[in-house]
Amino acid sequence: MNVHDSHRADDRHRALERVMQQHRLRPDSLIEILHAAQRQFGWLDRDVLGLIAARLRLPPSLVYGVASFYHAFRLEPPGRHRCTVCTGTSCHLKGGSRLLQQLEQHFGIACGATAPDGSLTLENVRCLGACGLAPLIVIDDEACPHASFGPVVERLTASLDGEDTSP
Amino acid sequence: MPRLTLTINNRSVSARRGESILSAARRSGSDIPTLCNLGGLIPAGACRVCLVEVAGYPRPVPACATRAEQGMVVTTDTERLTAARRMIVELLLAERNHSCAVCVMNQHCQLQDLAARLGIDHVRFAFISPLAGVDISHERFGIDHNRCILCRRCVRVCDEIEGAHTWDVDGRGAASRIICDLAQPWGTSATCTGCGKCVQACPTGALFEKDAPTKKATIDMERLSEWRRSRK
Amino acid sequence: MKTPEPKNEKPTVCGGGLKISVCLGSPCLASGAEGVLRALREAWGEKPIAVIGTGCMGPCSRGPMIRIERDGYPTAYYERMTPQAACTTVAAYLAGAAPEQGRLAPDFPFIALQTRVVLEQCGRIDPCDLNSARAAGGYRALAHAIGKMTPEQICCEIGASGLRGRGGGGYPTGTKWELVRAASGRRKYVVANGDEGDPGAFMDRTLMESDPHRLLEGMAIAGYAVGARDGFIFVRGEYPLAAQRLGAAIVDAGKAGLLGRNILGSGFSFRIRLRIGAGAFVCGEETALMASVMGRRGQPVIRPPYPAQRGLWGSSTLINNVETFGCIAPIIRNGAAWFRSVGTPGNSGTKVFSISGDVATEGVLEVPLGTPLRELLAMAGGVSGGSFKAAQTGGASGGCIPASHMDVPVDYESLKGLGTIMGSGGLIVMNDQRCMTDVARFFMHFCQDESCGKCAPCRTGTQQAARLLDRIAAGEATSDDISQLEQLCRFMRETSLCGLGMAAPTPVLSTLRWFREEYENHVRDRRCPAGVCAMEGTPCRD
Repeated sequence: MNVHDSHRADDRHRALERVMQQHRLRPDSLIEILHAAQRQFGWLDRDVLGLIAARLRLPPSLVYGVASFYHAFRLEPPGRHRCTVCTGTSCHLKGGSRLLQQLEQHFGIACGATAPDGSLTLENVRCLGACGLAPLIVIDDEACPHASFGPVVERLTASLDGEDTSP
Repeated sequence: MPRLTLTINNRSVSARRGESILSAARRSGSDIPTLCNLGGLIPAGACRVCLVEVAGYPRPVPACATRAEQGMVVTTDTERLTAARRMIVELLLAERNHSCAVCVMNQHCQLQDLAARLGIDHVRFAFISPLAGVDISHERFGIDHNRCILCRRCVRVCDEIEGAHTWDVDGRGAASRIICDLAQPWGTSATCTGCGKCVQACPTGALFEKDAPTKKATIDMERLSEWRRSRK
Repeated sequence: MKTPEPKNEKPTVCGGGLKISVCLGSPCLASGAEGVLRALREAWGEKPIAVIGTGCMGPCSRGPMIRIERDGYPTAYYERMTPQAACTTVAAYLAGAAPEQGRLAPDFPFIALQTRVVLEQCGRIDPCDLNSARAAGGYRALAHAIGKMTPEQICCEIGASGLRGRGGGGYPTGTKWELVRAASGRRKYVVANGDEGDPGAFMDRTLMESDPHRLLEGMAIAGYAVGARDGFIFVRGEYPLAAQRLGAAIVDAGKAGLLGRNILGSGFSFRIRLRIGAGAFVCGEETALMASVMGRRGQPVIRPPYPAQRGLWGSSTLINNVETFGCIAPIIRNGAAWFRSVGTPGNSGTKVFSISGDVATEGVLEVPLGTPLRELLAMAGGVSGGSFKAAQTGGASGGCIPASHMDVPVDYESLKGLGTIMGSGGLIVMNDQRCMTDVARFFMHFCQDESCGKCAPCRTGTQQAARLLDRIAAGEATSDDISQLEQLCRFMRETSLCGLGMAAPTPVLSTLRWFREEYENHVRDRRCPAGVCAMEGTPCRD
């Protein structure tokens, strides 16, 4: 079956609309709806935010204000791979912050930014609550406990390379 | 109307039930400085300039957002409070780029007035000097984020009185910015009614009228209360 | 009124008498616990062994953990299991042996010395199975409360137990409940604060992941006691597993008539909804949390009015920490006097701590309040990698306890006396390789990132304080900078709007109090005694 991009976009919009209806378009469920929209689209672009504002009858600036307040909401498209470094207290003590700095230098992207070719997003999180595994890094939703620079770079490079050869 | 009595700076003052310490103090002649407060808007207690000491309270409280209570003993101008107020104003001056000489509100600015009143002749902190940006896309008005102190009077006046809620705040903490609609140029806003209340409400030169480069009128409190009455 | 008693349904130990529990808490999962469970199930799916997935067993840094129980044998814990090692171990058990490889000593202090009240069923029951929770006594307290007690009696009992808020403030829970109960208004709300934002704290995650029904039960009792029909659980967005298990638990409990309309046929109805946080530390502050529950920016507002007076949608609202709700069912089941008998006068009951950093075993510990810090450290196997330097409590709002005060009993007042706070229970141990100005700098940058930006002292103060600490770390500071930092911190503590801003300076003030010498080394000698700070010009900001 040939799934056209626009069809996919329509499906996503329909899914978002369903979630909004489930919440009966209540303005106080804005954060739940933003979560749902991000699940569908991967990030929150202005069109989606504008649409949500219109459906919930909220001022656009309020919706944008809420989306930008919380760190979990992405207002820029994320990279195809994501590397999240935990910088909670234990992870910081055991070298998490230094690791983040090294990764920033190695890949030439600042924390919170995405590589220009859209391959990798580097970000930090303030404690994942798994301090026994410090320093903890999460690569594409998979945890790497007791991370160190060499293996992490190796693993990230492998994912990035693997992407190039795949069709 | 039920009334109550409290003591402000050793003077006995009578106040309405529900009235703020600020309003009771002003009536009695004790002028507490304010910045984010604007008569007619719901107090935010955010700038902390109007902090006063109340006997028996562990910490100073904002006069704008604290109700006067029977028997309260309030002091509005201790050394500790003055030091705190100076600190706040210095921190605000260091936060963005406040260059009075090239500001439309020079001589009419509440931040400048407050700095003068507190005798601030230098800032102890490092100037952060962010590149905050200017938006002059609106036909009649402009916003210069370099002069913004994030008091949110524009946000509140637009929401509470005009009912448009064109303004809100983007991001948080030091990265906070006042935004229009979906963080878009003011000139492209679909919700702005062009009423100019935000410009009236701004205590500094952050929001300004474009054709009046050096003489934005002082804040027209009269007009603001009038708007509020008409909305009620 | 008829009060149906929960029934024991499923036998917990199958034939053969061998029961294997695999910890499926998120740290163990990250270490590969799922593979261990799968391998065990594949190998013995048909055989008479019970293999269940449970919540957290405690020693997270030793995961994946498994527990083997067998009739007539002592319970054994095995650490750092791989699928293969687990299968070999179980095979040996079936052959009548109890292999040493990976086994924790029977009196392993981390497990043996705990007093578990809140976490009593964590690591014992299957968090995804309501029957497992009920078989272990879950929802009995609820049935008793709504069947045999009046709301006044419940508030009274909670008050008499001496339970205090476990989120950090230590406010008497009974008083809070009574305030909400006595408040007028048709609608009231109960909110569980599961926004465990303090870095290094994971007690609430443990409870929500391992025994979600305990939280639901506590909230339902609270709802009955204060007259609320609606509850919200605010779960941190970084805890997807907790949210998933809570969501499933709410559905299961609803189907079993333990939540929702007409609970256990009593006529009392209580609905619980989940709210997933989106990454904001300030949402742990109750007014910010309420703003977030109502779909707004999580910015605190001035109190009073307190949530008990005017909370969600203007109605009286009871907000308690997850762990506080976790204490409710045992109090109702065993009585206030029993709860008071644990802990010390004024600090009754237990407290869950998440201990991490430079200790031999990191994980979750529950001990009576008033247990000396030294004992907690001993339970965690002592300091690793050097000698003890400090223990940090209370996360970004707390301070450090130096070696000279290691015997401090860990309770609300004693910690306050040392210039720190109990906080939610995060305890980070640091050895002598750690730099205290670096720790202060870390927390100040954290607070700067997490400041909501509403009030000027916190927004601008954290920014300037972080800069000053950067200068100190870079060896560029003067002694004036230290005094300015101190002044700024005192100012923030006095003038900020909410708890975040008031407490943001605590790590700095506390390290200045106990480790001033170290600050001076950085400034006077341009030297970091622990060798952590680079001391080579302004370091890169993250």
